[in-house]
Amino acid sequence: MAAGALRRPVARRLNFVDAFLWAFRLAVIVVVVWGTVGTLRLGRYTGEQWVDFVVFGLAQGGIYALIALGYTMVYGILRMINFAHGEVFMSGAYTAYFVAAPLAASGFLDRHPILSLLLLVAVAAAVSTGVAVLVERVAYRPLRRAPRLVPLITAIGASFFLQYAFRGLYGSGFKAYPEFQLFKGEWQILGIGVLRTQAVVLASAAVLMFALYQFVMRTKVGKAMRAVSEDKDAAALMGIDVDRIIVLTFAIGGAAAGAAGILYALVFKQVHFFMGFVPGIKAFTSAVLGGIGNIPGAMLGGLFLGVVESVGPALFLDGLGIVAPYQLKDVIAFTMLVMVLIFRPQGILGERLAAKRA
Amino acid sequence: MRKARATWAVLVAVLVAVTSWAVTYAAPVRMGPVTDDWGVVRVARGQPIVIAYWLVVAGPDASLGVDSRRGIEIAIDDKKTVAGHPVRLIGEDTGCNAEGGTTAATKLAANRQIVAAIGSSCSSEAVPGAPILCKQGIVTVSPSNTAPRLTDPKRGPEYACYLRTAHNDLVQGRAAAQFVYHVLGVRRAATIHDGSPYAEGLANVFADVFKRLGGTITSQEAVSPTDTDMRPVLTRIAAGRPQLIYYPIFIAAGGHITRQAKEVAGLENVKLMSADGTFSPDFWKAAGEAARGVYNSSPDLSVEALGPKYQQFLDKHQKKYGEKPLSAFHAHAYDAAMMIFAAIEKVAKKDAQGNTYIGRKALRDALFATRNFPGITGNLTCNPYGDCADPKIAVYQTISADPAKWNPGVDPKKVWSMKR
Repeated sequence: MAAGALRRPVARRLNFVDAFLWAFRLAVIVVVVWGTVGTLRLGRYTGEQWVDFVVFGLAQGGIYALIALGYTMVYGILRMINFAHGEVFMSGAYTAYFVAAPLAASGFLDRHPILSLLLLVAVAAAVSTGVAVLVERVAYRPLRRAPRLVPLITAIGASFFLQYAFRGLYGSGFKAYPEFQLFKGEWQILGIGVLRTQAVVLASAAVLMFALYQFVMRTKVGKAMRAVSEDKDAAALMGIDVDRIIVLTFAIGGAAAGAAGILYALVFKQVHFFMGFVPGIKAFTSAVLGGIGNIPGAMLGGLFLGVVESVGPALFLDGLGIVAPYQLKDVIAFTMLVMVLIFRPQGILGERLAAKRA
Repeated sequence: MRKARATWAVLVAVLVAVTSWAVTYAAPVRMGPVTDDWGVVRVARGQPIVIAYWLVVAGPDASLGVDSRRGIEIAIDDKKTVAGHPVRLIGEDTGCNAEGGTTAATKLAANRQIVAAIGSSCSSEAVPGAPILCKQGIVTVSPSNTAPRLTDPKRGPEYACYLRTAHNDLVQGRAAAQFVYHVLGVRRAATIHDGSPYAEGLANVFADVFKRLGGTITSQEAVSPTDTDMRPVLTRIAAGRPQLIYYPIFIAAGGHITRQAKEVAGLENVKLMSADGTFSPDFWKAAGEAARGVYNSSPDLSVEALGPKYQQFLDKHQKKYGEKPLSAFHAHAYDAAMMIFAAIEKVAKKDAQGNTYIGRKALRDALFATRNFPGITGNLTCNPYGDCADPKIAVYQTISADPAKWNPGVDPKKVWSMKR
């Protein structure tokens, strides 16, 4: 009797939560379908404009994806969110500006645009790698065995430190990247007009992500990284230098972020000490969306987030008669994050973790 | 044990509430020869009078605040002493957002030596920030806030200490709409704001007047100040086929819109117009060559409109900083400082030892009583809601977009000025 009385309220509460979640799911689906049908019936946009929305989203998403790789790899190995990663991204792009500006002034940039671009990527990747490794050595390694919350707080501190260090170094205003004449205008790709900068960004992001994935899956070091991610202690027993692998992970994540920084500068031109914050948050969202710790997940999450931000306001909100829907672009992005956290906490592709560690 | 702690917590909370109530509704304070409802600042003999700025002096919009700060510094150089004391300028960065405004105002409010404040730069900072200063009785004069709501007759008593020397955007928005409709002959326009009180207020005034003149507003959009990818929202605007986009926002987002507008299908020939928030060489840096041909409404900063006093100011500016003013509100800041100095001299009283006492409410009342004050920007007269400007609005067009050639009036070229 007593046991039954105890059990019943528990069962009822679960039912209530379930019902609520189902209602929530249903409500979101109804709103999305309603908005989409409404928008399509309005016929405000042409087919080309929809294609444009998707292409704009993919280009933005490619940058998110490259940054997200750093978050996801570090999480995979250390089970911690490196909140200073947005600043690692900033450090490379901001520093490379001081190479880009003289290159542009001397005319070298226009004569050898591809070479200049590679040079800039190399500089940005080198700086970002250096900063990432330094942060790991100074802020995280001493706390390797500390409770999980401790490195998280340090990460936030490192993030602020880097922001204001770069503000002190390069000033508080913004810098404007020079124009690449080669990348002005459009290319016709499969009959679709795509802005050249965006085509370059998408192609480079795809190449970098592919290379990284092959590195992790095919090389010996990649195998070691995966081993450390599964079980640090066992990996150490197998003769893997865990510290070295962790440094390497930070370095690779940093290099990807540095490259992303140059791609960002190619598209948006403005760099300043605070530029890493918003892309960092968005990339973190992408990593969680795709399944944190999972490399293809981060790529998919980034592209997905970019496209939803670009297409979402027009597709879902226009039909509901909401004015100025692009103001709510972040609302859509973060609503999606909340939805994923509620209904598929492991992310779209799932966390790749040994079950006992999850 | 736990109960005791809870009792303590309640006790402390009550104590805090009572003290803050007591601070807010303090009885008239008497100090030296002055009695004042809002408190009195005592400046010892030979000590400086402290004036504080709260302006955006860091980040992408720094040109706006640094420009104003230089106006204040030149005013201090010109004035030398106020009521027999030197002036000391201290300040806080406000970041051009509500959080920054709150932080800066809170820091200033804690300093009881501050006689008066100058700021903020962006209206979004003043909305939460000004009431914080008002609560401590610190009067503040803004050189560049233009959002209509800050000096609206319905603004509420928490803004009782707030005045401005910048124009109200009811004036700027109307001028912009008239220019676009009558001079450019545009009949279809779209607007973009960034959710800040300044941009939203100005975009709405523009849209209202433009519609009243007979034009069509194809869409009113919004972005957020930290957005970088404007192509989707521009694609949405392109669907309405406007002839002109009016985006009275700030430099970072304004630069992105300017650069990306021409890349969006359907907007190749659209005219672009922004406002005083982007009237800066930094905007040219942000927008690059795409800034060529962009219109800006802004205070009329020409010697013809402002007279020889402005030329003298420009000479001093060139000598002191080695460059042209960085934005549009240096003269307003100069006037704000001068207005404050005049009001301080009107209300300051000395005791036998030569110490000066300034009543806070008396200073506030003296500022609001300003009539026909001869400033650089015109004859300033404050209304009961804090609007003191003598507004002169002009429209400028960017020619070279080369920050090194920044010279308001020539490049960007003045193409129109408001008839009064």
